[in-house]
Amino acid sequence: MADLSINFAGIKAPNPFWLASAPPTNSGYQIMKAFDAGWGGAVWKTMGVPVINVSSRYGGLNYRDTRMSGFNNIELISDRTLADNLREIEEVKKYFPHHAVIASLMVETRKEWEQIIRDVENAGADGIELNFGCPHGMCERGMGSAVGQEPEVLETIVGWVMAAAKIPVITKLTPNISNIEDPGLAAVKGGTSAISLINTIKSIMGIDLDTFAPYPVVDGKGTNGGYCGPAVKPIAMNMVRQLAQHPQISGTPISAIGGIETWRDVVEYILLGATSVQVCTSVMHYGFGIVREMERGLRRFMDERGYQTIYDFTGKALPNILEWKELNLSYKVVASINPDKCIGCQLCYIACEDGAHQAIGLSSDPTNRIPDIIEENCVGCNLCSLVCPVEACITMEKQPAKAAPVTWEELTEAGEIPNSFNDPRAGGNGHYVPEPAEALRKKG
Amino acid sequence: MAEYLRPQSEEEFQRNFKQKKPLMNTTEAFVESSRCLFCYDAPCIKACPTHIDIPLFIKQIHTGNTHGAAETIYDSNWMGNACGKVCPTQVLCEGACVLNHAHVKPIEIGRLQNYATRQAIDTGKVLYQKGPSNGKKVAVIGAGPSGISCACELSALGYDVTIFEANEQPSGLTVYGTAPYKITNEEALSEIEYLQNQLGFEVRYNAAISSAAQIQELESTYDAIFLGVGIGPTSTLGIKGEELAGVIGAVEFIRELRFRKYELQLPRRVIVLGGGNTAMDAASESARMGAEKVYLVYRRSKEDMGAYSFEYDLALSAGVQGIFHASPKEILESDGFVAGVEFVKTIQQDSRLVEVPDSEFVIECDLVIKATGQAKMGSFLGLIEGLSLNESRRIMVNHETYQTSNPRYFAGGDAVNGGAEVVNGAYEGKMAAQGIHHYLTH
Repeated sequence: MADLSINFAGIKAPNPFWLASAPPTNSGYQIMKAFDAGWGGAVWKTMGVPVINVSSRYGGLNYRDTRMSGFNNIELISDRTLADNLREIEEVKKYFPHHAVIASLMVETRKEWEQIIRDVENAGADGIELNFGCPHGMCERGMGSAVGQEPEVLETIVGWVMAAAKIPVITKLTPNISNIEDPGLAAVKGGTSAISLINTIKSIMGIDLDTFAPYPVVDGKGTNGGYCGPAVKPIAMNMVRQLAQHPQISGTPISAIGGIETWRDVVEYILLGATSVQVCTSVMHYGFGIVREMERGLRRFMDERGYQTIYDFTGKALPNILEWKELNLSYKVVASINPDKCIGCQLCYIACEDGAHQAIGLSSDPTNRIPDIIEENCVGCNLCSLVCPVEACITMEKQPAKAAPVTWEELTEAGEIPNSFNDPRAGGNGHYVPEPAEALRKKG
Repeated sequence: MAEYLRPQSEEEFQRNFKQKKPLMNTTEAFVESSRCLFCYDAPCIKACPTHIDIPLFIKQIHTGNTHGAAETIYDSNWMGNACGKVCPTQVLCEGACVLNHAHVKPIEIGRLQNYATRQAIDTGKVLYQKGPSNGKKVAVIGAGPSGISCACELSALGYDVTIFEANEQPSGLTVYGTAPYKITNEEALSEIEYLQNQLGFEVRYNAAISSAAQIQELESTYDAIFLGVGIGPTSTLGIKGEELAGVIGAVEFIRELRFRKYELQLPRRVIVLGGGNTAMDAASESARMGAEKVYLVYRRSKEDMGAYSFEYDLALSAGVQGIFHASPKEILESDGFVAGVEFVKTIQQDSRLVEVPDSEFVIECDLVIKATGQAKMGSFLGLIEGLSLNESRRIMVNHETYQTSNPRYFAGGDAVNGGAEVVNGAYEGKMAAQGIHHYLTH
């Protein structure tokens, strides 16, 4: 039976499922409830000099009938006094001595950092997370992402914290930068014990078409907020793997954050090198109870594959993530439609016809709605299989290799790549493309 | 024991005739519209006799452009709301939905269509206006689906249209001949009023056209005439006892029911004769009116019935009992009233239906509803010079222009197709309007 417990940079927890610093960790009440529901750790809602929040704070991005596929907020750090938060940290640790309680902090001066670190350590926190990510409000005051976006400042503050802290320190990074490796490296140079990412992405959630105000609306106005939820997961996963693959950063434990809702999300992040995960939006949507699906799914995944601990498969996807130039250009797949499963919606046809490579045809018999793959035109782009609404109806079939594996890098070295505008070695040469005027003849 | 108690009030009547396709609420419409795949060359569009761009209007509902959705619907079908409610969508658009092939519930297209059009009607949203007058006048005979559609289309094109309707209100069989659980009188009438308010055609009620003199007057006043006259009353069976009190035609029965509602008192035992959709309606309705025993008797097999199988299933679920291979011989009498029907058993021999000798049997009843077809409006149509009818006494038309053999006359709906759905009438009326427009402008 799998052992889900972790030791994350010295912070021990019964499992890798942590609550991210956010509204679900606003109080001891919530965190006790979460631990009772099965969460292994919680990063306390960021403490500092308490703020005053606005009313109307969150915005949702719905796709079709799916609510909150994306989510944003313009809430600031804790608006509760430090004394209240410290008292509750102490109480939570009394009830749950083996769960991880991490104090998220955000202050300005070195003196404030030293003071608040001492306070949370005295309260019994197991670790500290530095909020260098908040992209709204706090950054206007020189904190949050204003720090995360300046690697030198970040490194300096991490240095102050490391000098003062006796417990492990996690540096939380903002994604609102051009290259995540810069702040990641700065955190490591500053001596951080671990890194967590991503914080939220600067965003406008939508515009009210009657009042022209952005969501969430505060008295007819709005501001950019922090974007998160399932929609940001691909962006977060790429940033996590960038750090996990970086030779100077990869030794530092990573706590992954961004769109985690199911056990699959958790496994993916672990495969990309994370050794704890932090969750917010899905808890704000469904409550603490969702952890039971994550826990059972992760356990089954590990049991079926014989993994004893999460460290047995941490980072296993990293060797498969290369640079584009290292991919095999001789590899070829072609779409295949299973006529027994096809329901005749013809979305694959029109997607390929209008959106890709004109490699799907229709039957001349109007009663037959099952499209045909024109194999010689198919570039193996996957689009048809992505739009198909039927499970496993369109599959991408590997073709026998026509040539030995070769990469762009190798072709470049061999001087075999196209190097002029009309180079005959262009990849699309010889591939069927209809004449432009065909477009109008096909009509009706 | 009957499934339904005899309704004693409007409320109880509405409960027994609960709408089969109730109006969706906003959440239902949002969730349901989210499921549409937006198929290419969508089969639902092809399955709709009026070719409504269904994926488009569903997407419009989903994106909060509900009036735009109503416009998409009305652009193709002037009876958009009535069709959303009364169309046999199971065999048309919803039957063609590709989700059926994945054993996923098809999109509820009819109810979505009803949702969009009902919102436009109830808010009086102006989507159309009468076209600039071209000085030409067209008479439309009959304010049923085909006549109303023809009038709407012509008005939008700038014609002055007058509808002559024999009854005191419009809608034809949408109200007079449709089961009350498919559409309410108010719904059907409100759509026509909504269209009339925008397009401004005139309707003259209680204005039956039946004499040669009237026809002559129409011909001298109007540039073209559309015949949307429908079909006539229930035809006779030609058996003894048909004239007895307690024998009624299905169309006449449904009409009575729709206007008298709970005040129409049905006796205990009812026999419905016939195997078409009207027979199913009459049987279902009798059961819902609280009749204790309702027999649906058809002279051929269950499979031979013209009715949709889901309509038969609906009748069964209301408590109707089906009896097949029995042909009525005589309606039996007691004190001038119906007492029962004598049937003879039949069998199919090759292609012929033959009676089984000495197989007569009697089913006692208090009411006989004949749903064995409607007579054609032959005598009236005979007054129009040069108007050709086919052997079934249907008006013969060119199926692109809906022009008859008398070039000034166009026709559509039941009088042409012999009795089909509201949606067929709506389509034919619209097409005939285009035919009239072409005729008068070329």
